[in-house]
Parts: sequence; C-alpha cells; structure tokens
Amino acid sequence: MHHGNTMKKDTILERMSEVIRDVLDNDAITLTRQTTADDIEEWDSLAHITIIVAIEKEFNVKFNLSDIKPLRNIGEFEDLIVLKTGIKG
Amino acid sequence: MTNYFTYPLDTTGLLRKKRAIRRDLSNRKNLDVKRVAILGGSTTAEIKDMLELFLLHADIRPVFYESEYNRYFEDVMFPESGLKDFRPEIIYIHTTSLNIRRFPALNESSEVIDGLLAGEMNRFADLWERIEQDYGCPVIQNNFELPHYRILGNLDAYDIHGRARFIGLLNLRFSEEARKRKNLYLNDINYLAAWFGLERWHDRLFWYSYKYAMNFEAIPLLADSIASIIRAIYGKAKKCLVLDLDNTLWGGVIGDDGLKGIRIGKETPEAEAYTEFQRYVKELKERGVLLAVCSKNDETNAREGFTHPDTILSLDDFAAFTANWNPKHENIRGIAGSLNIGIDSLVFADDNPVEREIVRTQASEITVPELGSDVAKFIDILDKTGLFETVSLSADDLQRNLFYAGNAEREKQKEQYASYDEFLRSLEMVAEIAPFSPIYLDRITQLTNKTNQFNLTTRRYTLAEMQAIAADLSHITLYGRLRDRFGDNGIVSVMAGVIRGAELHIDLWLMSCRVLKRGMESAMLDSLVERAKMRGLSGIVGYYLPTEKNGMVKELFSEMGFSRLPETPDIGTAWHLDISESYNLKNACITVTP
Repeated sequence: MHHGNTMKKDTILERMSEVIRDVLDNDAITLTRQTTADDIEEWDSLAHITIIVAIEKEFNVKFNLSDIKPLRNIGEFEDLIVLKTGIKG
Repeated sequence: MTNYFTYPLDTTGLLRKKRAIRRDLSNRKNLDVKRVAILGGSTTAEIKDMLELFLLHADIRPVFYESEYNRYFEDVMFPESGLKDFRPEIIYIHTTSLNIRRFPALNESSEVIDGLLAGEMNRFADLWERIEQDYGCPVIQNNFELPHYRILGNLDAYDIHGRARFIGLLNLRFSEEARKRKNLYLNDINYLAAWFGLERWHDRLFWYSYKYAMNFEAIPLLADSIASIIRAIYGKAKKCLVLDLDNTLWGGVIGDDGLKGIRIGKETPEAEAYTEFQRYVKELKERGVLLAVCSKNDETNAREGFTHPDTILSLDDFAAFTANWNPKHENIRGIAGSLNIGIDSLVFADDNPVEREIVRTQASEITVPELGSDVAKFIDILDKTGLFETVSLSADDLQRNLFYAGNAEREKQKEQYASYDEFLRSLEMVAEIAPFSPIYLDRITQLTNKTNQFNLTTRRYTLAEMQAIAADLSHITLYGRLRDRFGDNGIVSVMAGVIRGAELHIDLWLMSCRVLKRGMESAMLDSLVERAKMRGLSGIVGYYLPTEKNGMVKELFSEMGFSRLPETPDIGTAWHLDISESYNLKNACITVTP
C-alpha cells in the first residue's frame, strides 16, 4: 500500500521535472521535494510564469491566486497538484 | 519543427519548448537581422519571446528593444529614452483596452464623450506622428479588444455611455488612420480576441499577478499575427496556393466516381463544405493569390471536374495545371518554374497525409499546412496562420491573374512568328520609365521586397526609405511600367543608384519575372544611362550579390556590355560601364514614354 503511494508521488515529481527541464531547456535538472526556485539558475521570474502555465497544461488543472503564492518548494507544489487533480498522493 | 507553427498552433508545445525551439531555429543560416522595438502598455516579456520564434521561423532574426512596463508613450515622446540609440526598423505598440485612459461616465453628455474619444484618438495619433518624424519606420499598432464586462449589458453596445460602443468607435477611427498613414499597420486584436474567445482572453489572474493583458495561451496567436504583418512588410508572404483535387477541391475520386459521382454543390453537407472551400479559394485568387493544380490523375479526368454544374472554380482560375502520375514534389517544382516564382512562395494543400509528408521532406522550402482530411476545417487551416497576409491591396494584386492569363495568350502567339524579335515587335509594347513618383511608391516598395530572381542586389526597403531616396538629389531612381496589346502589366521594374564622384553606383535593379525576355531590362538600362549622362556622369558601376535565387542575373552586366572590376564586394561581383563616349542603345522592341 505504502509502496504504491510512493510510486504515484514519484510519477508526479518526475512529470514536473520533465516540464521544468523542457521550459528551462536543461536536461541536467533533477528535482527533489526540497528543491526551490533559488536552487536552479535559469529559474527566474519570467521562467516561473511559464513553468506554472506548463504545469497547468501537463496536469490539466488551473491554479488560482491563493494556490501559488504560499509555495515554498517543489514538495509543496507537488502536494498542490495532488490536491487539485485528485491523483492520490 | 514546422508542426509548432501550423494551425491549430501547438500553444502548449510552443510555451513549454520555447528555448529549445529558439535554439534550433537560430542555428539556421541566411537569417535577415531586423531591429524590432516593442512598446508595451502591459507586460510584453512573453510576447517578445514568442514573436522571436515566429520571426525566426520566417527567416528573420530579430534584435529587440523592450520598453519598461507601460512606458510606450514616454519612450516615443521623450528622446532621452534608449529608443533613439536602438534605431528601430519596426515599432510594435502593444496596447489593449486596458490602456484606454478613461471610459465615458454614466452622467456625461454626448459632447463630453465625443471629446473623450477625440482625446484618446489624438494621444495615439501624436505617437504615430512622432514616430514618423523621428524614425520613419513601420508601426504595428494593436486596435482594441472588447471589454471584460458590460456594465450596461446589451445596452453597452449602443448607449453613448457604453464601453463596447466606445471601443467600437475607437477601432473605426484607428482603421481610418491606418488607411491614411502609409507606415501604420493595424494588428487586429479585436478579431484575435473574438476568435480565441473573449472569456478565455480576459484572464484576470494573469492581469492581477503579472500584468499580462491577455491569456498566456493567446500570446502565440498574437505573435503569429504580428509576425505575419512583418513578413508581409518585408515581402515574405506566400504567393501561390497549389491544390490537390480529389477529396481536396471536391469529395470523391473523379477517376473512379465520375463527374456525376463527385461531391460538390448543395445536395449534402459534405458537398456544401467543398463548395464553400472552393469559394474561399476563389476569393484568394481574386485578391491576388495565384492558384495551381497538382493532382495525381489523368489530365482529362482532372479537367472534367471543373465542368461540374456546381463547381465554383473553373479552369481559367488556375495559373498552372498539372495532372499526371509523377511525384508531386517534382510537379510542384515545375509549377514554380513555369510561373517564375520562388519555390518558397508556394503553399501546398492536400488531404492525403502521405503526399504532404513527401512534399515536406523532398522540397522543404514549400509550406505544407496540416490540412487533415476534414473539409469543414480546410478554410481555418489556410486562413488562420496568415500565410497570404498582405499589408495593402494594390491594383496589381487585383489584376495579377489577368497578367498570367495574358501570358498564356502571348505564349500561343509566339509560335506564329518567324523570329523572336518579330514576335516582340508584334506585342506593340509601350513602357513608361520615369523617376519614382509618390503614387507608385507603394507598388515600387512591394515589388522591391518580393522580387527574388531577377534582382541584382536583393536589397529590401521600407516605404519610408523609398520615399527618402526618391527625394534625394544624389540618387537616380526609375520605375518601369509595361503595356502591350494584351494588356497592362503594371509596374514591373525598379532601378536606383547613388551618385559618388563621376559615377553612378546601382544599389537596386530588379524586374518582375512575368516580363522576362521582353527586352524590358534593356529599356531600363537605356533610360538610366540617359539620365546619368544628363547629370554629367562618366560611368556606371553595377553589383551582383548572389543569393540562392538570383542565379539568372549572374551574367547580366556582362551581357549588357559592362566589364568586370577587379576589386569586388565581399560577396559577389562589381562591374563598370563607361558612358563618357558613345553608348549604343540596347532596346529595339519597346516604345518608351514619356
């Protein structure tokens, strides 16, 4: 049971990583739940907007103002996607 | 790569893979560098990035200037801005309804509202006027999209206090200005927003968060629209639509189903859709796009299709007609050759994915939209990516198909004469060759920017640059217009040179290929020499700058009696003609006026 859940989480994280690698055009990027935008050189404020939109398209969700603002790291972003999509985390 | 840029645009892919697409497109050779200033009334960062992709895709490498947020007005009006130093070649003003300073208040009188409208209009007119004075470059200006909400509901469209009405009137005024001002081109975001869907266009989250005036996903659409205008300004729009027949212009296979079996007309929904598509194609032809057929068919069968009682298109509508069993990419190359137009100015429409793929891979210069096999979508696929965008409708555009019909008639006549000169004289050609005059400058600029084959230097000019050399005493300019007994070919040739010392240096010499081998180049050179002599000059220096397309004029100067100069430009050759002594007139078949 636990094993299955972890698999799901990894899948979301992996899909997020793929989106971010595409947007930033850098195949070397690997994300963990602790990664923040500051850790990745190319992740500036302009790229940030594109990442949000590309993630929305990837998971077919729409974030609202209060969703995005408090996010501190990739882990919280992943949790938000789980919450919004209903993909069990 | 091209799949990102055909309709429907892959907005998700474009946004997500932006950097990789830019990397791939930037690595190509022969890109024209253009300095483009984006002056925004809202955030423009993503617009700049997307515009870069669409321009690179059109072989233009943009260098950008971007105004600070909402400083579009100040950047133009106050010379200390960096815009002057940037020396823009194109200015794009990205304003939207969010930049309208004040809408009518509900208690205001009709006079006050008229004043508001005039005030808003004048603010923009001042901008355009100032740009004209300081830069003289083309300005691309958004009009205004309908508002996010309507406080008066339906009444908003017609009560004098309504915002929808106010925007409508302002758009009308912008249209009038754009017709009057030679360098002003409207980007119709009012249409774009409606097409995209106003509900999605007005993405409030993106406005509140990042000050983007529109949905992020509409930005590729906007960029495509601006790039289409820029392509048209620089003469890079497509000229000819090459069409398949079976299941493209009618439903069914004429060779199998016979004339009675093909679907066109009003009988079924499918037949109606093909009829409407034929009508769309016919309208393209009427506005100056050349049509050609490229079909795998027996020629007799193919032609028979156009005798159907419900056909909209007829055989006369096509400037070229190819129906055989040869590979289509070979036939299409033949079509480009017979029409004397560059192969990269062709668009190929075929319902068959295999044929599309073969043409795409074997002749990559040809644009092949993803037409699909659903006739109900054909029009959108051809219409919505600005392939045939035009910035003006010249009289020549409306007559172009007549020229080609005339050409076919002339070809037939050719066979009946003993010598080619005799044939040329029988055409009773009369040329008008004179310095650039204001009424022809539009056409002169258009011809200069789209002629690729008979073009010695392939230099491109904006209308403003043409106006400048026309007025400059150190330049000699000539246009040539040719009539014959089959009709008026319009303006077909352009020459311009600059005087340095006792010599005239030819910056520009080009001619439309529809009058090739008519002696027009000789008549033009004769006139240029005559004018150079009148100015007391002793020699003419000509340059040939090779491109992929102008091989046909490689030896032109030699044929015209110039001698090759040892010192040459970086790429190409330089030639000299002594006119201090006698000059033998070269034209023998054309009567020249004035």
